Amino acid sequence: MTKVSFDVNGDTHQLELDTRTTLLDALREHLHLTGTKKGCDHGQCGACTVIVDGRRINSCLTLAVMHEGDEITTIEGLGAPDHLHPMQAAFVKHDGYQCGYCTPGQICSAVAVLDEVRSGIPSHVTADLTAPVRLTNAELRERMSGNICRCGAYSNIADAIGEVAGRSA
Amino acid sequence: MRFEHPATFNPIDQLKVVGHPTSRIEGPLKTTGTAPYAYERHDVVPNQAYGYIVGAAIGKGRINAIDLAAAKDAPGVLAIVTADNAGKLGKGERNAAPLLGGPEIAHYHQAVALVVAETFEQARAAAQLLRIDYSKADGKFDLAAGVDGAIAPKPSFGGPADTAVGTFASAFAAAPVQLDARYTTPDQGHAMMEPHASIAAWDGDKLTVWTSNQMIAWGAGDLAQTLGIPKDKVRLISPYIGGGFGGKLFLRADVLLAALGARAAKRPVKVALQRPLMFNNTTHRPATIQRIRIGADRDGTITAIGHESWSGNVKDGEAETAVSQTRLLYAGANRMTAMRLAALDLPEGNAMRAPGEASGMMALEIAIDELAEKLGMDPVALRIKNDTQVDPEHPERRFSQRQFVQCLNEGAARFGWSQRNPKPGQVRDGRWLVGMGVAAAFRNNLVTKSGARVRLDQQGVVTVETDMTDIGTGSYTIIAQTAAEMMGVPLEKVVVRLGDSDFPVSCGSGGQWGGNNSTAGVYAACVKLREAIAQKLGFNSDEAEFADGLVRAGNRSVPLAQAAGQDGLVAEDAIEYGDLAKTWQQSTFGAHFVEVGVDADTAEIRVRRMLAVCAAGRILNPKAARSQVIGAMTMGVGAALMEDLVVDKRHGLFINHDLASYEVPVHADIPHQDMVFLDETDPVSSPMKAKGVAELGICGVAAAVANAVHNATGIRVRDYPITLDKLIGQLPEVG
Repeated sequence: MTKVSFDVNGDTHQLELDTRTTLLDALREHLHLTGTKKGCDHGQCGACTVIVDGRRINSCLTLAVMHEGDEITTIEGLGAPDHLHPMQAAFVKHDGYQCGYCTPGQICSAVAVLDEVRSGIPSHVTADLTAPVRLTNAELRERMSGNICRCGAYSNIADAIGEVAGRSA
Repeated sequence: MRFEHPATFNPIDQLKVVGHPTSRIEGPLKTTGTAPYAYERHDVVPNQAYGYIVGAAIGKGRINAIDLAAAKDAPGVLAIVTADNAGKLGKGERNAAPLLGGPEIAHYHQAVALVVAETFEQARAAAQLLRIDYSKADGKFDLAAGVDGAIAPKPSFGGPADTAVGTFASAFAAAPVQLDARYTTPDQGHAMMEPHASIAAWDGDKLTVWTSNQMIAWGAGDLAQTLGIPKDKVRLISPYIGGGFGGKLFLRADVLLAALGARAAKRPVKVALQRPLMFNNTTHRPATIQRIRIGADRDGTITAIGHESWSGNVKDGEAETAVSQTRLLYAGANRMTAMRLAALDLPEGNAMRAPGEASGMMALEIAIDELAEKLGMDPVALRIKNDTQVDPEHPERRFSQRQFVQCLNEGAARFGWSQRNPKPGQVRDGRWLVGMGVAAAFRNNLVTKSGARVRLDQQGVVTVETDMTDIGTGSYTIIAQTAAEMMGVPLEKVVVRLGDSDFPVSCGSGGQWGGNNSTAGVYAACVKLREAIAQKLGFNSDEAEFADGLVRAGNRSVPLAQAAGQDGLVAEDAIEYGDLAKTWQQSTFGAHFVEVGVDADTAEIRVRRMLAVCAAGRILNPKAARSQVIGAMTMGVGAALMEDLVVDKRHGLFINHDLASYEVPVHADIPHQDMVFLDETDPVSSPMKAKGVAELGICGVAAAVANAVHNATGIRVRDYPITLDKLIGQLPEVG
């Protein structure tokens, strides 16, 4: 057991954890923040995406004890049912989900993607590494491809993200 | 309520709420992570322990011994369940292979143990310490090798093993244009995002399981049967389900082992199937080998059509009914279908989204494209030429609605089909060879009993309770729309509670029957509630109008809240069906259009455009229904281009049993999708005049992709998935 302290959605949490505990299980099983989903538990589906110090990660692929002092944002930190984050509202409007299980990860990814683009971080499909990144259809779809939606809401998710980004998908 | 005659005008036809593209009412919960899924119910029972499943490491054989000692001594371990100590177990009516294996092993990754510990990490670590001594037996893992010994399966849900009309053999032999081709479809996995998961808690002899299941009454019944306890001692609760696609139709190992683990550990236990276990532990869509023969006159008239399919399954498993659509989709005087079932020792094959038709249409709709090519005819025109408005096997049975031709024509116009060059390999866009393909969509509409309870309280709130499930289909929303329409209240005044075996038994979610039947059950309960309200107020129930939160008759008008009184009013009923499904053939129709680009050098395939036009009765919520169809189109792209559970024939398992190696479509694979519903109501289907739509959307998609690849390259791939290795050696010479 090891002590670790980090911020989640603005609140500081001190936990004493089995060192084998993933960040995902620390959130879900210890803090009862179950909005972050476990789809595969080994980095293949993206359902567990959270934002750590401004960057999205798969929370199943990182141990909780590695996050001493980190600032973590989960889906619960973006908005709540009575005051939705614009990305959450856009997902509702465009029906960017069906079963809802990949949805928190999709939304956390989408929010972080827009930050990545603003920050000029290139992706696999960025043709010119020196020019400002533009959120083209190819960029958006490439950057979101780590988040699987088996219900197949991709076309609607693209519409939702496009609306928040101020462009058509 | 018995539904025995086609529906006439009823309150649903007002369409004040029903038929509107309302956003999902549970959307704010799902998008904020506050909708509770099975494994997340910290709120329902304290002191939950963690279970970790161990799967069999052989495809067939026996367990000689399990050494539990090291695991028992591991930190935090509370109990270990195996077949040795689980007590006598039955088998659910709908399970083929037993859910807890041992000593006999029926298939790879069949559960053989559950390790229960204080924490997940402890349970997982202890599970690695089990020492299991197996005797491996030779198994049958190769469908192609099993074809010769395949037998005619017993008649099932999907129809008889053999059907025949007229004289197929002679008509085919005499046909001036003939197609005789063989197609294969691979095993496919549901790969829903939420793993099968359950929390089980015993209270004396009563068992409650919070789980993820599409069919609550089936699950509760089969759990009781497996445990050998009365069904009324079992409660299943499943309000949110992270995808199912048929994979959660039945009782699975997570439920049973959570129950057994909780009994052994004497405290609540939670269990989720590990993702790498899911593909072999649970069910899958079985592979098929199909032969299609079609004979036609030179003008395109089909004179003979025959479809044969071979599939395999474990003992007590059924055949994949891949021929069923061929009995109904096209005209032709002489017809035959045949299904044969091979005994295999692979994991259990069972329903996955549009069982039967999804696989059958993958083959049939390439065959039609091939026939069109032989005839020198446009494939849209060939399909129109062979339309039928009656069941070809029983011409006295008409289709209740069949807008197949309209779907094809509307789709062709919208997609720009006239721009397609019928000669393959002619269209270039930079490095891409570009092609267009079309396929029919077809899936039957099934009607089945469905019940609901409706309550009106003194705030004027209408609460619907039914064991119906929402697996992403939109059940919450369309049920709320139905109740709002019937009771004359705004959507905000309706509360919908689903997925609890304490609620009236519904149709559940499967076979694209959920939307129409569950809302028809709510309709029936609301009719009863309306009568109860009218009776209480002394209104003639035939005259009473429910609108704007009021009930009116003559010059009297009473707010619903007041009508409910302090105790409220409650009504329960079910929709039950008479013979309309026998006198009419009820089916849903569509047309899929796809444009692909195939890289002229690497054979990389990209889907560039997709359009579906569907006719499926009244569309209760066009937004949710459209999502069902585009989601199905996405899964169809997976079936066309990537999905393939690869059989390791030495060890008898699907070797690519995770989401990295069993590839499903991701964002980058899917373009913007277009989808159109034709205006339709089907009064034969139910008082809702709706039909299913969720499975129609996948039927034919893969073939439309395959036909587009052929149009782009001239290469005809008959073995799915269409991967670039099947193209690259035959790509046309390009400058």
